[in-house]
Amino acid sequence: MSSKSVMALLGSATLVLYSSMAFSLDETSKYFHPQPNSIIAQETYDQHIFALWICLAIFIVVFGVMFYSILKHRKSVGYKAANFHHSTVVEIIWTAIPLLILIGMAFPATKTVVAMKDTSEPDITIKATGYQWMWGYDYLQGEGEGISFFSKLSTPTAQLEGKEAKGENYLLEVDNNLVVPVGKKIRVITTANDVLHAWWVPAFGVKQDAIPGFIRDVWFTADRPGVYRGQCAELCGKDHGYMPIVVEVLEADKYAQWAADKKKASAAVVNTAAVGN
Amino acid sequence: MAVVQDVHGHHDHHPSGIMRWVMTTNHKDIGTMYLWFSFAMFLVGGFLAMGIRAELFMPGIQILEPELFNSFTTLHGLIMVFGAIMPAFVGLANWQVPMMIGAPDMAFARMNNWSFWLLPVAGMLLISSFFVPGGAAAGGWTFYPPLSAQGGLGVDMMIFAIHILGASSIMGAINIITTILNMRAPGMTLMKMPMFVWTWLITAYLLVLVMPVLAGTVTMLLTDRHFGTSFFNAAGGGDPVLFQHIFWFFGHPEVYIMILPAFGIVSEIVPTFSRKPLFGYASMVYATASIAILSCIVWAHHMFTAGMPTVGQLFFMYATMLIAVPTGVKVFNWTATMWRGSLTFETPMLFSIGFIFLFVIGGFSGVICAIVPIDIQVQDTYYVIAHFHYVLVSGALFAIFGGVYYWLPKWCGRMYDVKLANMHFWLSMIFFNVAFFVQHFLGLAGMPRRIPDYSLQFADFNMISSIGAFGFGLSQLFFLYIVIKCIRSGEKAADKPWEGATTLEWTLPSPAPYHSFETPPVIK
Repeated sequence: MSSKSVMALLGSATLVLYSSMAFSLDETSKYFHPQPNSIIAQETYDQHIFALWICLAIFIVVFGVMFYSILKHRKSVGYKAANFHHSTVVEIIWTAIPLLILIGMAFPATKTVVAMKDTSEPDITIKATGYQWMWGYDYLQGEGEGISFFSKLSTPTAQLEGKEAKGENYLLEVDNNLVVPVGKKIRVITTANDVLHAWWVPAFGVKQDAIPGFIRDVWFTADRPGVYRGQCAELCGKDHGYMPIVVEVLEADKYAQWAADKKKASAAVVNTAAVGN
Repeated sequence: MAVVQDVHGHHDHHPSGIMRWVMTTNHKDIGTMYLWFSFAMFLVGGFLAMGIRAELFMPGIQILEPELFNSFTTLHGLIMVFGAIMPAFVGLANWQVPMMIGAPDMAFARMNNWSFWLLPVAGMLLISSFFVPGGAAAGGWTFYPPLSAQGGLGVDMMIFAIHILGASSIMGAINIITTILNMRAPGMTLMKMPMFVWTWLITAYLLVLVMPVLAGTVTMLLTDRHFGTSFFNAAGGGDPVLFQHIFWFFGHPEVYIMILPAFGIVSEIVPTFSRKPLFGYASMVYATASIAILSCIVWAHHMFTAGMPTVGQLFFMYATMLIAVPTGVKVFNWTATMWRGSLTFETPMLFSIGFIFLFVIGGFSGVICAIVPIDIQVQDTYYVIAHFHYVLVSGALFAIFGGVYYWLPKWCGRMYDVKLANMHFWLSMIFFNVAFFVQHFLGLAGMPRRIPDYSLQFADFNMISSIGAFGFGLSQLFFLYIVIKCIRSGEKAADKPWEGATTLEWTLPSPAPYHSFETPPVIK
């Protein structure tokens, strides 16, 4: 009996832990989704919670029945086996109900998929190119058009090798953040220069493979300003673990300021290069 | 029959010494060799897993350089799939299928020998690729190009190994199909076959269907690497995504190849220890067949982030979700079989209940992964690692353990140490969950898979996961001890050690005679 109550205790403790994780959202959640910061991420989050509850309910029903027979229908308590082995009605019911549940889960997902795929009429278009091992960003259209730069891991090697204390954003920091304005539809075109990479920022609900020779696109609209971090999500060689993505979301006026500064700076670089020649 | 016995003298006559094993055409010897080979590879794959978990024990690079880390993950996957799980099931089929259908041996006995002896060659190729210049393949077990075009000799050795393993699997599958369709005892109609035989028949068809596809795609990769073709090279007009389509057309049915025989084993064990016939035998057969058919039209759910038209994503989402229905039917049937049974909990039953419990968790995370927006977030993260380990470790591997404990008395005529075996179950069960349950949270919080180092927020769960993994790994050495102890000094087992067992193999003496049924039994 004691081992049983230990198991029950463990089980309920896990459930409590799990549900408490589900409802304690913050920006840098260690245990669950990061806080959604776009409509797609929010819908994804809601569908995941919905699916979890359904799974939990089915789990309790199925294993409730199973553990009831494990406890009560034991040979050691003298239970004699029945001999039934078929029931068409029951089988039809337990085929039909899961089908209905699945339809209930597929319906909202379908709407989100259609919305995710609609990359038309963006305010700003940015091309993200995967390299072994960094990201190249080109602002193709919209405010900031013409800006282009590389974005590389900025964590010092000494921290990787354990010779220095690891910083707060260890492995999730870059030399040049991708900067976008809040509330605007940003279309990200992905491609790659050598092997497959994937551009992934969890808080925006965006993950898209970057494929050499092909272009793919996704979109997001950031709900709130802030700094959002992600990583390359497709194995791309030895430094795959060192390809973070940092997106800085700014208010409209600050973004305009950043874009102007960035353009001036790159013009200066171009001029210096010309003088050098 | 008498004439045959005169020629052979004693009916149990077989060559002895090493040549017995090299030249054997006997399904039991070959089954035994398959099982030992798969256990050896399981230890190698497990060693690689321990390396991975040791590196991930805490943030920073400690013992494996990133490139070697990638080789470890790649070879861990390949060895576990092709070296451990698949041969273990083929070994069980070799031992059990002829005995369960009342046949004397496999249909193509000589080919059976050949299909086994290809395996050690392929295994050696995979392992020795660590020691060639450039090291072992490091592009993941899915070896997507263009990355897999970058590696050195190790990648070519991997391609060659896959060709050999594929040939072995196809031969094994053809053998099993022919045996089942032609050598059943008189009166055993298809709908009277034991579930294990049914699931293997369906699995064998899947193997014949998809292994050539894998052979095709690795051949294309090989010619891309060395003979100037551009199947997957965009610069030459090829398509890197084409590889993924072909690979997963093999790869998705492959995961069902690794789970359907497990369903069969559990469908034998649960009725035996419930002392009650399997509930809904016919619907179990149809459910298995539907799962196999559906598994061939859902491959692109591995590629939702590769860029696909909306309609494509929706089709693959619906088809994938649909698999939950027949899978659910199977779980409900097992539950109904236990309902109002007269249950006892010998080790095989513990492993079977453990299987159902954990496989359902893996199934749930499978449904969650089927939903496109969620999948896009969790794809290539630790969530997926957790999902497929719940399906393949607690699914396939637990069923294999259950099957081994179930049939071990029949194989060697001796009983295993029940106490130790039950302990093996509980240790595996607890450490498995410690290792893999927390990985769901790592994935949801955003930790990509296949990274040798991670940011500080993931540190706690990785440490827990590593501790669980080491415990799980050590528990399996314990299994080795239990099996050896059983073979050498176990108590003598009865012909039918399990009260509720009903299939044909239990009518044979323990240990089973060298040629199972010389006179076919008649099924009424």
